[in-house]
Amino acid sequence: MSESIERAPSATQYPRYVDASQVRGKFETTIEEVIEAVSEVTVIARRDGLVALMTHLRDEPSLRFDYLSDIAGLDLGEFASPRFALSYHLYSLTHNHRLRIKVLLDEEDPRVPTMCPLWKSANWLEREIYDMFGVTFDGHPDLRRILMPVDYEGHPLRKDFPIKGY
Amino acid sequence: MLRKPDPLADTQMTISLGPQHPSTHGVLRLELVLDGETVIRAIPDIGYLHTGIEKTMEKEKWQQVVTVTCRMDYLNSFGNDLGYCLAVEKLMGVEAPKRAQDLRVLFTELNRLSSHLVWFGTHAMDIGAMTAFFYAFVHREKILDLYECATGARLHQSYFIIGGTRWDLPANFIDLCDEFLKGFPQFLDECKRLVTGNKIFQRRTMGVGIIPKESAISWALSGPTIRGSGVNWDIRKTEPYSGYDTYDFKVPVYDGCDVWSRYLVRMDEMEESWKICVEALKRLREPGEHMANHPKLKLPERDLMKKHIDVMIHHFLVASEGFTVPIGEVYQSIESARGEIGFYVVSDGKERPYRVHTRAPSFVNLSALPEMVEGSLLADVVAVIGSIDIVLGDVDR
Repeated sequence: MSESIERAPSATQYPRYVDASQVRGKFETTIEEVIEAVSEVTVIARRDGLVALMTHLRDEPSLRFDYLSDIAGLDLGEFASPRFALSYHLYSLTHNHRLRIKVLLDEEDPRVPTMCPLWKSANWLEREIYDMFGVTFDGHPDLRRILMPVDYEGHPLRKDFPIKGY
Repeated sequence: MLRKPDPLADTQMTISLGPQHPSTHGVLRLELVLDGETVIRAIPDIGYLHTGIEKTMEKEKWQQVVTVTCRMDYLNSFGNDLGYCLAVEKLMGVEAPKRAQDLRVLFTELNRLSSHLVWFGTHAMDIGAMTAFFYAFVHREKILDLYECATGARLHQSYFIIGGTRWDLPANFIDLCDEFLKGFPQFLDECKRLVTGNKIFQRRTMGVGIIPKESAISWALSGPTIRGSGVNWDIRKTEPYSGYDTYDFKVPVYDGCDVWSRYLVRMDEMEESWKICVEALKRLREPGEHMANHPKLKLPERDLMKKHIDVMIHHFLVASEGFTVPIGEVYQSIESARGEIGFYVVSDGKERPYRVHTRAPSFVNLSALPEMVEGSLLADVVAVIGSIDIVLGDVDR
């Protein structure tokens, strides 16, 4: 087990994540926490002021997050509070850097403002989360189920949804 | 659900294209509101192939998930496996050894060739050029034979695992692959002569399915679809992984924003992929280690297991219980044949992933379809669907 393995000239500096501290000062009430782990930066944001934060991230020339890669839903568990988390993965084609914005939501009131006016790609990504987790997006132009049938009951990716026999 | 047509506009008609229509490349259904032959509105209806893969991943062990990832985008299985493996490796702090990275590059690029050949054949056939299909599939067969030689499977290989590859190459693979790669440029040239210069094909694709640059970025298009709109963005170049920064290749970009540009991007991309394959195969002639030297990832040698009980126990535990991954979350995206495939992997420190979310390139690219087809003719819809190269297994997951 001691032989050395030749490693490729690695590109571990990629993907590059942006330093979120400069944003933190401007959005003190919205940003709860900035976490750096596994060389990725996560900004935990509150729902209030989320649109203003996202608009700033998109339009500020030094950040310029013009590309919304992905929105991922996460169920933190049946008895967890807050129960849901949404991870917005932003990318900047201009500066080639990334950032993750995470919003935590309570089970009683799982709603966030839509990002459709900022990035058109949010449309289907938000519909998928509405379908899979039952999180509502305020102001979404066409919030319908997307993968499951229209008359389906339940949200399959919630942790209390069984893998078989539902 | 069908929208009610406007009763006042009696010239409008709502039709359903698909889900069994061959030109929809699987089970995509489109609700089209037509005025004569002009498309007024297009509403994609997906989900016919939804199999709950993200849910299934939550019950598989870390190492078993690769058998599910390759079933999402079944034309680009290697790319999916690579994205997932890189994400988990990042979380574990493991790096695949050089030979494994070269193997990964070779197979993902061969996969890009085979995937683009399916696109080439079916896209040309949708538009009416039958012959290209047969040419493309003959050569795709040859690539599938190479997969079978190296991995034992033709479609769902699950060859990349966390830490490297499942096994090393068989002895005869290098020669077989070399022989295939030698003949490929001539074949690609034939393909180009067959279709690219065809006046009918050009008239059917030029200026059709326009999506401007700003719109393409806002819709988060990726892969050849965004590069056909003049955006020079390829994750292999901007955020290199698996040693792509050590390969010499170009990123073809065309700024026509139409079906024709996307066609040209993919045709040029095949040439670049071929170059990378040749280089990777050259590197693979050197021997090396195909698996990271990590006690939980690399299973012990058979004869050691027979001699030492502790090695036996170790093998038994890793094989039956699996291994744990440190608590955390990562988002790893790679350039698949269709665009940015991203894996958002969340670990709660147990032997199964807590959540794996896939950013499916086909899903996001398809969401821009209404903007591309509204206002164009019904026959162009088929050309546009072909040009964004969706795989419904990837859209619906």
